[in-house]
Amino acid sequence: MTSATGIGARVLRTEDKRFLTGTGRYVDDLPLSRATYAYFLRSPHAHAKIKSIDISAAAKMPGVVNIFTGKDLVDAKVGGLICGWVVKDKHGQPHKSPAHPVMAVDTVRYVGDTVAMIVANSHDEAKDAAEAIKVDYDVKPANVDLAKALDKGAAEVHPEAPGNLVYDWEIGVKADVDAAFAKAAHVTKLDLVNNRLIPNAMEPRAAAADYDKGTGNYTLWSTSQNPHVLRLILSAFVLGIPEHKLRVIAPDVGGGFGSKIFCYADETMVCWAASRVGRPIKWTAERSESFQTDCHGRDHVTHAELALDKDGKFLALKVETIANMGAYLSTFSTAVPTYLYATLLAGQYTTPLIYANVKAALTHTAPVDAYRGAGRPEATFVIESIVSKAAAEMKIDAAELRRKNFIPSTAFPYQTPVALQYDSGNYPPIIDEAMKIADYKGFEARRAEAKSRGKLRGIGFSSYIEACGLAPSQVIGQLGGGVGQWESAQIKFNPTGNVQILTGAHSHGQGHETTFAQLIHDKLGVPMEQIEVVHGDTSTTPFGMGSYGSRSLAVGGSAIMKAADKVIAKGKKIAAHLMEASVADVEFENGVFKVAGTDKNVPLGQVIFAAYVPHNYPITEVEPGMDENAFYDPANFVYPAGTQICELEIDPETGTTEIVNFTAIDDFGNIINPMIVEGQVHGGIVQGVGQALMEGAVYDKSTGQLISGSFMDYTMPRADNFPSFKLGYKHTPCPHNPLGVKGCGEAGAIASPAAVMNAIHNALSPIGVKHVEMPATPLNVWQSIQGAQRQAAE
Amino acid sequence: MYDFSYHRPKSVADAVGLLKSKPEARAMSGGMTLIPTLKQRLARPSDVVDLGGVKELAGIKVEGNNVVIGGMTRHADVASSAEVKASIPALAYLAGHIGDPQVRNRGTMGGSVANNDPAADYPGAVVALNATVTTNTGKHAADSFFKGLFETALADGELITSISFPKAEKAAYMKFPNPASRYAMVGVFVAKTASGVRVAVTGAGACVFRVKAMEDALAKNFTSAAIKDIKIPADGLNSDIHGSAEYRAHLVGVMARRAVDAANK
Ligand SMILES: Cc1cc2nc3c(=O)[nH]c(=O)nc-3n(C[C@H](O)[C@H](O)[C@H](O)COP(=O)(O)OP(=O)(O)OC[C@H]3O[C@@H](n4cnc5c(N)ncnc54)[C@H](O)[C@@H]3O)c2cc1C
Repeated sequence: MTSATGIGARVLRTEDKRFLTGTGRYVDDLPLSRATYAYFLRSPHAHAKIKSIDISAAAKMPGVVNIFTGKDLVDAKVGGLICGWVVKDKHGQPHKSPAHPVMAVDTVRYVGDTVAMIVANSHDEAKDAAEAIKVDYDVKPANVDLAKALDKGAAEVHPEAPGNLVYDWEIGVKADVDAAFAKAAHVTKLDLVNNRLIPNAMEPRAAAADYDKGTGNYTLWSTSQNPHVLRLILSAFVLGIPEHKLRVIAPDVGGGFGSKIFCYADETMVCWAASRVGRPIKWTAERSESFQTDCHGRDHVTHAELALDKDGKFLALKVETIANMGAYLSTFSTAVPTYLYATLLAGQYTTPLIYANVKAALTHTAPVDAYRGAGRPEATFVIESIVSKAAAEMKIDAAELRRKNFIPSTAFPYQTPVALQYDSGNYPPIIDEAMKIADYKGFEARRAEAKSRGKLRGIGFSSYIEACGLAPSQVIGQLGGGVGQWESAQIKFNPTGNVQILTGAHSHGQGHETTFAQLIHDKLGVPMEQIEVVHGDTSTTPFGMGSYGSRSLAVGGSAIMKAADKVIAKGKKIAAHLMEASVADVEFENGVFKVAGTDKNVPLGQVIFAAYVPHNYPITEVEPGMDENAFYDPANFVYPAGTQICELEIDPETGTTEIVNFTAIDDFGNIINPMIVEGQVHGGIVQGVGQALMEGAVYDKSTGQLISGSFMDYTMPRADNFPSFKLGYKHTPCPHNPLGVKGCGEAGAIASPAAVMNAIHNALSPIGVKHVEMPATPLNVWQSIQGAQRQAAE
Repeated sequence: MYDFSYHRPKSVADAVGLLKSKPEARAMSGGMTLIPTLKQRLARPSDVVDLGGVKELAGIKVEGNNVVIGGMTRHADVASSAEVKASIPALAYLAGHIGDPQVRNRGTMGGSVANNDPAADYPGAVVALNATVTTNTGKHAADSFFKGLFETALADGELITSISFPKAEKAAYMKFPNPASRYAMVGVFVAKTASGVRVAVTGAGACVFRVKAMEDALAKNFTSAAIKDIKIPADGLNSDIHGSAEYRAHLVGVMARRAVDAANK
């Protein structure tokens, strides 16, 4: 069915009404009577032994209800926080797994590590008491510089991980790759840093918990992207509360970008303490706590080499990466720089041989885990940077070199040398379209015109592929993942004909309430306003895996379609009875059951009513009611791909960069709501450009203090940093899910850093600049220009 | 924030009375600096004296050759004032480029100048235009008002009531914003007034300063070419993750030349 609100329609987001009128309900908005307020005392040191914690004065402060320290958790035998993905190193050994106490016991390991929890009648009283806690620290040297974290003599973060090495992992056969390099006509080498980022979701993390003494039930409200997974972790590994006695609710959540996937100390403590305090507890992070304690993203140091033959065909790729884990292994941290990174190093190309070695290092910094794109932006940045560098070195047009090496459209399904099998794709028309829209042909004229104004103009490509729609459960299990990666859906009709879609996915900005409703509207013909999408509550929705890895539509949407098929199948039996026809003759179309070849029909609403008031009903063959559920486990990842072209101008006098044109052509398979997809692409590009030009978590290398600890020093991209984006689409539908969809949530952030940095290098290479690291801030660009000028003068 | 007593007097006299009678009282105009400071528990005043109710403090008037702006006048009002735009457009431009709309609708001339943040914009205008800062007790010349990092000539309990800016024959402000905060990383205000040519630099050092060499060169020849070879020493300039001292020194030159070109347009 195509309609103004069905699949493919630009339906305005139904959830926006409450978000834009201030009537959303976030964790912090919860009215909980008799609530207490928690405040966490954080470590001011990157590395110190805790000699003693004296809470006696604080405990007597006005309004204080209770104070907990790490020792209380040890006494109560509370487990530590977990890392849910076992990565085996190159010798087949599981990664080093240092203890991650919920609150520090005898050592603090990063600025922001949790030292004590103060529960009081008000937030301010809790904070007052925190100031009265006396902690005697013995400050130790900190290991903050990733490039040196694995060196001999670097301060050790955990004794369980000697030399700070969590794993030394590899993929591919090094000897084969080396042999290919020996025969190469040209080798391009590249050293780069993938800068560390702070997620900065608009809503800070928050938690609230209530314990019902009568039933022994806990309710935890949390800013979670995956409430069922959070419940599972808290129950099975950390707190030991039986799963059926713990209800986790993630209500409206204001952005996550990955940072709200994980199980943190804060919600763990709030939940645990609720039963000890005997009153509800509320906690909302202050912005500076978010900076210090949200899991950060990226943070790699990489050396890469690409071998090419004389015509520019890629022969082999070799990549060595040190990935920062921070001070503790967060929930999915180990998988990000391995299975979500190195398996993507083929990109859109036929590179036959790839070898990657990844060493994960511990440092005295906040934990690092998945952040929008998670591993795939890092991989794309390596490939797309080295491909553009090779093109420049070999004097081949950057687009031409890419085209020469694209996987041909006839080669799908395509097995890469790094584990993944790409299901579908057609890359050449994407880059053609991007070049047309970006007027690539006219670029040199624009560069010359800019030069007359004293500006250096550059253009850069990034042709990305990503694997998302996480994920086939068996594959995840084989790779060491501790969870299934299917998704669930339940379609629950009410007697009056309106319907609730319950999903295990979670929306924290993605617009599921609209997109998922469009699916059912399209499939079953129910008007949009009679559809409600319910998510985020373990007591009302079926167990599901939540939202991350651009999976909600490809996996969660597919589950919804499966459940809808069951509704139609059951409806046909009821309709056949009502129309006195044979089930085999009943067809369903546009919300109406019909007997083929006749004008007999009953609308869906009448069938639903009959199911709930089964007076005239095939009661011996069909159960009453209309409430169908489905679980969908995908057969493969989905593989969105695209090309971005960034064009920018640099003011060489100040080092300032202005993006003047930005084109993105994506293949997301079929598109349900183009407006929502555009929003996702816009946001993704902005985040990626933020990484390329502005954002960077900076720790003081000797003290481990977070220098970029507020918006005064951490540069966020803003609307006035951008031109209007030029977007377009090509469609190769995903062959293995019922909607033919691929993910779109991360693509923008995955591709754009390389597009921007390639444009920066394109702009600066004529004046002799060889390499600029991200973020290409004005200072950084100016210093690079100065360096090149000094070199030229020498 | 810590607890404090809140007052909202209606006159300058009452405000000064409160500030003098309470041991740790602080004046508040727009609260754009004070409130974040309180929220971060970096200050613990016993009393906060809100100047928002003191009508005599807000407003813009032209008095002869001067534009007189009340201490409580919001940045947004300076930016959109017809009088300021007509007499000293560079000042309106400066005000319109402070922070974001929320900050411009709360932040005030008096609060900004009294606070003397090294990265604030207004001090550049006050010094370059050779303005006079009027308080409840007297008058301060621009050159002797700004003393150092967050330090001014104001005594305890002394309130800025207005600032009088001489009209300029030529003036322009060029700001290189800090990429994160968008405060001035380097801001150069160039003005040609009855008191001669002045070049005032904010953001680059601990406190606003003048560049005599540029002033002398521009007095002879008010073109950007006249100052193109004048180098600012990096010694003593601010250095942080956004800009080294060398970079700031370089930007002073660039912004000064661009300001002169803008003033000549
Ligand atoms: C997000 C943000 C961005 C900003 N960006 C910029 C920028 O780009 N450029 C810039 O210049 N500034 C910027 N500011 C600062 C802003 O311009 C405010 O003017 C400045 O913070 C002072 O605030 P206020 O006027 O509200 O004074 P308050 O915060 O109320 O007071 C500041 C100080 O001055 C004292 N004080 C207030 N009024 C008087 C008076 N009449 N006499 C004597 N003492 C007084 C107070 O006691 C206090 O110590 C920014 C602020 C924020 C929050």
